[in-house]
Amino acid sequence: MLLSSRQPHHPREPRPDMNLPVETVQKELEARMPDVKLRKVRDSLLIENSGDLSRVALFLKESPEFRLDYLSSVTGADYLSYLETVYHLYSVEKKQGPVVLRVRVPKTAVPSKVPSLVPVYRSAELQEREVYDLFGIFFEGHPDLRRLFMWEGFEGYPLRKDYEQEDTETLETADIAWLDTHRIAVPNALKEKAKELQAAGKRAIAQKPEKPRPG
Amino acid sequence: MNFIKNTAAVDESLRGKLAEKGVILTSLDFLYNWGRRSSVWPMQFGLACCAIEMIAAACARYDIARFGAELFRASPRQADLMIISGTVTKKMAPQVVRLYNQMAEPKYVLAMGACAISGGPFIDGYNVLRGIDRYIPVDVYLPGCPPRPEALLHGLMELQKKIASQEIQKVAWYQKGLKREFPIPELGPHGLIPKFNPDVWQPPKTNPRKEHYGQPILTGKKLKAPDLDAVVVAPAAPPAGAAS
Repeated sequence: MLLSSRQPHHPREPRPDMNLPVETVQKELEARMPDVKLRKVRDSLLIENSGDLSRVALFLKESPEFRLDYLSSVTGADYLSYLETVYHLYSVEKKQGPVVLRVRVPKTAVPSKVPSLVPVYRSAELQEREVYDLFGIFFEGHPDLRRLFMWEGFEGYPLRKDYEQEDTETLETADIAWLDTHRIAVPNALKEKAKELQAAGKRAIAQKPEKPRPG
Repeated sequence: MNFIKNTAAVDESLRGKLAEKGVILTSLDFLYNWGRRSSVWPMQFGLACCAIEMIAAACARYDIARFGAELFRASPRQADLMIISGTVTKKMAPQVVRLYNQMAEPKYVLAMGACAISGGPFIDGYNVLRGIDRYIPVDVYLPGCPPRPEALLHGLMELQKKIASQEIQKVAWYQKGLKREFPIPELGPHGLIPKFNPDVWQPPKTNPRKEHYGQPILTGKKLKAPDLDAVVVAPAAPPAGAAS
């Protein structure tokens, strides 16, 4: 394609020939699957019942009208009262996209479960592991749900808002015991601090701001 | 720190006369250090973006070979210098300490870039080690994000000065009871165990970030989330007269 034949477009706006309005997708889905509850959230479709996700994704992938055959990303998000997964779908065949799907899980549901998209899109496998690793969302039907970035044995999900990060300047009793077995002298001040923490039944947690940061 | 001068307990004029006849008189320290500092072989491994600058320094434009340090060895047994080129994550830290332990004496460490020194921009992260000097001793700290190849060469020259200033009778690796092997930290449930090795590093008494910025910087995330369902109000139409 010659450079001059390309249509000029503003970089912030979606390319007009790639644009697939979310309303079109919603209309088609409502016509084909009347039992699936959908809601438009900004430029995306929220699937109210997370159990419908696989069905909707399979339809969007296979329907000749959309052919959304490429799952670009799986994202997690923590909105304090609920966790959310976001899926970006593109069509390589039709050169269209993205269509954004959202699924919400209330924080009260423990463990938070979302159906896995691996049976529909193979590319979801690694990304769902990442979301599981950092947000603690369990993907039902995932063939190999393990931690991806953090090591096995790590506790907690670090990208959740309520994650308590360790204070790396203060030693705890586990550290003192480890250093003792390796015969490394520990200054008394550090030892006493660790004892105090243990007596109080606390962990050394990094200080967090009391109020949310502005903006 | 300066280069050790070519000194010997011989009169300088006599040395000059001898040099004319092709005889050089010098101290053993000078000769020994000259050999060592002119062939510092780094270990071949990169951790993050600083490694790209390290590779650039090894290529023809910056040419680390001018300093005799072009032979990047893929084995810690054959390396003299460990260039910590980039972010050390908590997951990677045990391997870095293990590699340091496997190096033969004499061995040197150059912490390249802000991350290797202190954690850099990731200092508040849950997964990044706040400086490799928590577990192994560092000889040269090279700030920058990333340092340019010239800066790496400067760091190497500083290391050469350090090597040149050492005396063969006093160097650590010929002394008795030398402890240059450091225990490898383990991956615990919340981070590394131990959080640092008090033999090598201890937390500062005062908070340097508080001193520098005037207030302590608190780690943590924003404790609020955007409301996605809020109705987005379209910007009001300009008044009719404004267009004309």
